[in-house]
Amino acid sequence: MTTQHIRVTVNGELREADVEPRLLLVHLLRDVFGLTGTHIGCDTSNCGACTVHVDGESAKSCTMLAVQANGTEIKTIEGMADGAALHPLQQAFWDQHGLQCGFCTPGMIMQAAWLLGQNPKPTDDEVREGISGNLCRCTGYVNIVKAIQQAAGQLSASESAPVVAAETTEPATAG
Amino acid sequence: MIPAQFDYVRPADLAAALKILKEREGEAKILSGGYSLLPLMKLRLAQPELLVDLRDVKGLDGIRETDDEIRIGARTTHRRIHDDSVANDRPLLADVAGGIGDPQVRNWGTIGGSVAHADPASDWPAVLLAVKATIVCRSSTGERTIAAREFFLDTFTTAIEPTEVLTEIRLPRRVRGAGGAYTKLERKVGDFATVGVATIVRLAPDGTINSSGIGITGVADTPFAATDAEKVLDGQKPSDDLFRKAGEAAAAMSRPVGDVRGPADYKRAMTAEMTLRSLRKAVERALAYA
Repeated sequence: MTTQHIRVTVNGELREADVEPRLLLVHLLRDVFGLTGTHIGCDTSNCGACTVHVDGESAKSCTMLAVQANGTEIKTIEGMADGAALHPLQQAFWDQHGLQCGFCTPGMIMQAAWLLGQNPKPTDDEVREGISGNLCRCTGYVNIVKAIQQAAGQLSASESAPVVAAETTEPATAG
Repeated sequence: MIPAQFDYVRPADLAAALKILKEREGEAKILSGGYSLLPLMKLRLAQPELLVDLRDVKGLDGIRETDDEIRIGARTTHRRIHDDSVANDRPLLADVAGGIGDPQVRNWGTIGGSVAHADPASDWPAVLLAVKATIVCRSSTGERTIAAREFFLDTFTTAIEPTEVLTEIRLPRRVRGAGGAYTKLERKVGDFATVGVATIVRLAPDGTINSSGIGITGVADTPFAATDAEKVLDGQKPSDDLFRKAGEAAAAMSRPVGDVRGPADYKRAMTAEMTLRSLRKAVERALAYA
């Protein structure tokens, strides 16, 4: 079987590979690029453990071909933290005990990140609707919803923070 | 699960896609969002030799309104339809688009892909049958339109020829006094419909039902129009008794098979019940849009 050459940007880094058309995106990420943070749960597009962002839209990477993703920008759980500093969603899942076994967590966080991009201040119901394609068998979702709400509060606060900072520091520099 | 081997092409435009379909007639399958086709390929229930991905083909997505029609490009995602203003005008569309799969599926799954795939339990076909939509297909020799009620032939089988691409879905625009609804019974959020009933009613100034349309999914080899139930409604004054009679007529037309979603008798009973509930909501909306 002939392979096809693909180029994708994964977490900001351009990567290339020669792949069979039947290679799934999740296998490209895990087996070819070694990014094993993206999990394979049900392998039938039900559970959402394999959720990543493709051109900014959350997708189940077990139900997308690697060749379909050719030319796209992909973000995985490995692209969330800034060095040693956890992303606010990662920190919130830690703080709120939003995980027990942790298997669903990478997909859950990627879906939550997409949701907060669409709707920065969701209600609890909107959070639950937003993660309805991600299954967790441990937590009962209560702490996951709390974690996403904690991150939502932090992310929307940090977005307005630079404006406040500029206003308060300006008199000091002027003086 | 890994699909069987296949070739993959991503043509730059529709003409190139149609040329490939002609050259490889019967071997190729169109890939749109992939959320219906890829699961079947992973289970090896589908083993196409060639996938023609329409991702780069321009002009197949988006929603346009003409004087009398809503025209939805085949590659328009469920989410885009749900978020579009037409879904406000026609709440029926929001009912359906917001209830397909889950957010990830709605981000990528497309109306054209879903309709062409023709899963006997998928949601869009019920709506297309209820509103008497038109389906536009293109081949290298030209374009043709197919009435929704002549489109779904059998399980996973439609009137599309192997050399054609489904390009657009055309629904009549809502008129004053009309309302529609889609009521879906599902075991859990994101499941396929155990039964899904799309209804549309148009009320006359005297409050009687001028015309109606009912499309049902999940309870036969293919989604079908419940024409016997429509006959029960037309010309009558809306009431729960009338809706119950329509539900019974719809259930009598269903041909469910028992499976993990329940035995056949249960599905028939639920067909009647969902028809009743869908009609209640459709009439409520019609009254609010007099």
